[in-house]
Amino acid sequence: MLAIYKRELSAYFSTPIGYVFCAIFLALSGAVFSYTTLFSMTADVTSYFTVMLLLLVILVPLLTMKLFSEERKQRTEQLLLTAPVSLYAMVGGKFLAAYTLFAGCTLLSFLSFFILYLSAHVKTAVLFGNLVAILLLGMTFIAIGIFVSALTENQLAAAIGTVAILLVLVLVSFLNSVISVYWIRFVLSSISVFARFQNFTQGVFDIAALFYYLSVSAVFLFLTVRVFEKRRWG
Amino acid sequence: MKDKGKKEQSAQQRSDKTPVIVIEHLVKRYGPLTALDDVSIEVGRGEIVGLLGPNGAGKSTAMNILTGYLSASGGRVLVDGVDVLLSPIEAKRKIGYLPEQPPVYPDMTVDEYLAFVYQLKGCTLPREQHLDDVCKAVRITEVRSRLIRNLSKGYRQRVGMAQALIGDPPLLIFDEPTVGLDPKQIIEVRNLLRTLGRRHTVILSTHILSEVQAVCERIVVIDRGRVVANERTEDLGRAVSEHAAYRYRILGPEREVVSELRARHGVARAELLPEREGDAVTVLVECERGVDVRRAVFSLCASKGWPILGLSPVGADLEDIFLRLVSQEK
Repeated sequence: MLAIYKRELSAYFSTPIGYVFCAIFLALSGAVFSYTTLFSMTADVTSYFTVMLLLLVILVPLLTMKLFSEERKQRTEQLLLTAPVSLYAMVGGKFLAAYTLFAGCTLLSFLSFFILYLSAHVKTAVLFGNLVAILLLGMTFIAIGIFVSALTENQLAAAIGTVAILLVLVLVSFLNSVISVYWIRFVLSSISVFARFQNFTQGVFDIAALFYYLSVSAVFLFLTVRVFEKRRWG
Repeated sequence: MKDKGKKEQSAQQRSDKTPVIVIEHLVKRYGPLTALDDVSIEVGRGEIVGLLGPNGAGKSTAMNILTGYLSASGGRVLVDGVDVLLSPIEAKRKIGYLPEQPPVYPDMTVDEYLAFVYQLKGCTLPREQHLDDVCKAVRITEVRSRLIRNLSKGYRQRVGMAQALIGDPPLLIFDEPTVGLDPKQIIEVRNLLRTLGRRHTVILSTHILSEVQAVCERIVVIDRGRVVANERTEDLGRAVSEHAAYRYRILGPEREVVSELRARHGVARAELLPEREGDAVTVLVECERGVDVRRAVFSLCASKGWPILGLSPVGADLEDIFLRLVSQEK
């Protein structure tokens, strides 16, 4: 697993994709930060995070699109699948590599909040609640992206497919606020990945939501393993 | 002197009787299509075995099952005593595999790639020394710091081979290792295969007949998912052609030559061929099983006073054998 993790992480930076991701992520985060807090003369960080969470829909596929599709196209997956490594280690290594880069960028973008601390009173609990929320949501998105990437050998198809799924998840959350029938709302809010982090954004640590994100991620990583199992038996 | 050493060494390894690969009643179905149908093969330690067959015969499927890339629909595969299905990770540790397309990452240098494979395989041999040896064996030492993207097809193929050699596995599996190489590189790869065969068991798939003839000690012919022959290279010809056949060029009267030849004991068939050389006729003589008619034909011709101008064996090369095997099946 360590070998795959290290290779994947270094592959991000031996191709432009790692730099492109970091650059776009940090530029967008900087711009959003300036507009939502500095220019609006407020220390309320909620709108910054709402926008960032929406931006993850297009940022995460950049990280995950090539993880498995490229291996399949280049036929290098044969090396991984015939090496003495379990499928879980293979999928896990790639997931952790993508997550490391994502978490690294997220933490880096947090440096901007020191500016707020200099000049305003910031609710630290809310700030960290949001940080946890964005780290958890990113994890779930990456797991979904990896799953889609394992389904195709075309990077672009993987990226578009991931964006589509993530968009549906976002739209479900918006539908939720429009529809008034109780049971539909109940179902929608159960599958809405956005409904879960509301507590975090208030600065409350929600254990149930933590397990929700962890288990959704685990399910998609498990499904990715099943994709390879199925192809092996096909 | 060198050759003698080789023979002694390989004889020693062959004395170890346990087979490295046991394939029993292997079946692979893709929906209604049967890719492998009841295939059973055993490969002994230190053997170089050629897997031969037309394109789409099931060679790659067999290799993919052997390496754990695909699963079988039925049957059992043991690698060095380990069941590939039950303990895949342990079995994979014993195999070095070069797929048809070398699985190299173009964005890595050769050194980075080999270090990655070394770690991926959880290799415990002393790292620098082992990688140096592997690079020397496949002769890629001079390109170790270059990006794989910039290497020629021949070098990529060799990097792929280096990858298979890492961890010094007892079994090496190469899927069409010489496809796309130039003649000089093909000779180099074949020499390398022979060298590797001294210390490893090697399975090689190919549809190029001269290749197995040049490298392999044993040939397994697969056609449409079935094993149609499994023989030592030199025995294959005999096994296939139940009737040895010769082409005679005899200076004598056409009809009489043929009728006299047909009358000889042991001659299954004598037929006039269209080629002629002056007055000499060309006759194809097929022997009955296990009979050599050459002496009888000689004494016949001598007694009749017909000079034999030419004599050549027919159907002794692999191309003929192969075509006969494949067409017999049909």
